[in-house]
Amino acid sequence: MLKWLDERLGAGHWARKGLKKVFPDHWAFLLGEVALFCFVVLVATGVYLTLFFRPDATPVIYDGPYRALRGQEMSAAYESVLRLSFEVRAGLLMRQIHHWAALIFVASIVVHAMRVFFTGAFRKPREINWLVGVSLLIFAIGMGFTGYSLPDDLLSGTGLRIAYSVMLSIPFIGPYITFLVFGGEFPTEGIISRLFVMHVMLLPALVIGLITVHLGILWRQKHAQFRGPGRTEGNVVGKAFWPSQVFKSTGLMLLVAAVLAALGGLVQINGVWAYGPFDPTAVSGPAQPDWYVGWLEGGLRLFPAWEWTLFGVTIPSAFVPGVVIPGLVFTILALWPFIEQRITKDYEVHNLLDRPRDVPWRTAVGTAGFLYMGLLTIAGGNDVLALTFNIPVEGITWFLRVALLVVPVVGGMIAYRVCKELQVGGDHPLRRRRGTVLRRTTSGGFEEVH
Amino acid sequence: MKAGRLAAISFVLSMVASLALVAVYFVGESTPLEGTLLALALGGLGLGIVVWAKSLMSAPEVTEEHEALSSGPEARDRTKAMVQDDEVTRRTLLVRLVAGAGTTLAAALAIPALSLGPRPGQTLFGTKWTSGARLVDRNNDPIRPEDLPIEGVVTVFPEGFVGSSDSQTVLVRVAPDLLEPVEGRQDWSPQGCIGYSKICTHAGCPIGLYRAEAHQLLCPCHQSTFDVLQGAEPVFGPAARPLPQLPLDLDDDGYLVARSDYLEPVGPSFWNMTGGE
Repeated sequence: MLKWLDERLGAGHWARKGLKKVFPDHWAFLLGEVALFCFVVLVATGVYLTLFFRPDATPVIYDGPYRALRGQEMSAAYESVLRLSFEVRAGLLMRQIHHWAALIFVASIVVHAMRVFFTGAFRKPREINWLVGVSLLIFAIGMGFTGYSLPDDLLSGTGLRIAYSVMLSIPFIGPYITFLVFGGEFPTEGIISRLFVMHVMLLPALVIGLITVHLGILWRQKHAQFRGPGRTEGNVVGKAFWPSQVFKSTGLMLLVAAVLAALGGLVQINGVWAYGPFDPTAVSGPAQPDWYVGWLEGGLRLFPAWEWTLFGVTIPSAFVPGVVIPGLVFTILALWPFIEQRITKDYEVHNLLDRPRDVPWRTAVGTAGFLYMGLLTIAGGNDVLALTFNIPVEGITWFLRVALLVVPVVGGMIAYRVCKELQVGGDHPLRRRRGTVLRRTTSGGFEEVH
Repeated sequence: MKAGRLAAISFVLSMVASLALVAVYFVGESTPLEGTLLALALGGLGLGIVVWAKSLMSAPEVTEEHEALSSGPEARDRTKAMVQDDEVTRRTLLVRLVAGAGTTLAAALAIPALSLGPRPGQTLFGTKWTSGARLVDRNNDPIRPEDLPIEGVVTVFPEGFVGSSDSQTVLVRVAPDLLEPVEGRQDWSPQGCIGYSKICTHAGCPIGLYRAEAHQLLCPCHQSTFDVLQGAEPVFGPAARPLPQLPLDLDDDGYLVARSDYLEPVGPSFWNMTGGE
């Protein structure tokens, strides 16, 4: 086998080189792998779902086993999701694993990106892979949004309607591109099949391509590593790819899949039968999107009612929170390696990672950004908070409006101070021992040790 | 030796779970059981492999040197010289024409994308409401003011267009002396029946909630709140524009009808809404 490949592809040489590749042994390096394995699960379960789902808005009358909806008019798409959930064996399991995997896919990308950010792993020579990674994050969110819009239930229809309105708000081109994307004024018949093509073909193709590039560049540039004995800018210390790393990664993949299977089997998610079919004149409340669009929803909820008309051009109130702020967030995120390079004037190659405390200002900026996004995400659930704690939603909204301006700044400053103290003391300020050390003297008394 | 046994048990557990999963599939439907068995089948295999790797492999720490990624200025210069081949760069005119033809071709190839949707035209400016159109509820029944109790709310459509998304209108009946009609709309609300577009002017959600005690319509999506008594002016939340008001009248049989279509675009704002196409 090896001889056959070697004589055709020269495998004897590069296979050995590849199997000897060194992987630094640190748990934080597995976060990206978790994302990759979630994607594997998404593809596997997604293919199964595709075989049963009908991307079709044609109205049908439901006559399946779910009594609450029997006799009701709904789209063929929604009916096929009900059939998948109630009549196809293992169908509900696959659907729920798919949804859980999507949530954890985006979450693991975000945590992986935070690891890369706070350790400075995006610095030269890894700026390209940072850009690829940010693109993957955006496409992952896109896959999530197009995916949960497919069942054509009342909740997903509401999400689509908001997306339509935000798109419509873009000055000058909004109505034109919105009509091109949706095929006319909301609600349109064709949107389900368009989302379907995006969700099962275009976006996965892009993501598979970008993952290939991401891993190819990683392979070429080799891993960065944390500082430690024997570790320099010029080497990588760790375990060989074969057998140790292959075993660990395979094991991790199976464990990730196991967790997703357990969630999909035991924890109900997106029970679309309870929302009912999409009806453009109804809405369910409180309406909650998947967690990774919560920050966009939060921005729409918090932004004040500012709408300007200048020279006959209206800037709708949804434009700034729906288009401008997300655009800025992703632009700053994507360009961060270059922004930081401008500030630090550091044009050297870095293969040793920073600890977050080593670069306090970067850690402060990252903390502020994290708090900003976190507060927006909380704001996306302000109605749920209002219901849960029985507080008027107006109060929560005003509180969060102020918090959004204050908390990131204060949090960033605290992070900066903590980093500075860590640099001096070495211990975490919250975990450091306080007080003085006493010593028993030969005469039986005590003295302080300095 | 303990690790070896743990790994072996894990693999056996995985096998048992897989076989049980097959059995469950044929016996009958149980999502929780399927999920649990699948998790055990995958997890047992995964755990065994991880235990094997962590405890039964010596896996010595190895060091690999980074080779410089950069190939150096000389190699770059040679590459640059190769790219800037005389036979290509000398032909400035042809280079420009090739670039030009490529751009025009790209534009021509992009044009079919315009087939994806119609031009907005007047679509966003009007609804199905016309002068004299009766207000009907979801069951297609016309409505007299007295059919609706004070503080009653109903979603209405123009007769013949039940379910029409852009025409959906929320009809509220309030005590007429409470109303503070906008200038010029004094006769739009016969017997306290007042109609507003049900589509939120912020992000287009149907305004689903009516707070009778405050006479406010509330959008459940982003909590925009509108004052029913004062022309649906927004009083809280991100919506900046009042809900458009449908001019109402009574026909000869005493049923509610529209005097005309809405006088302004309904739904979320867009850039040229004050002007028109």
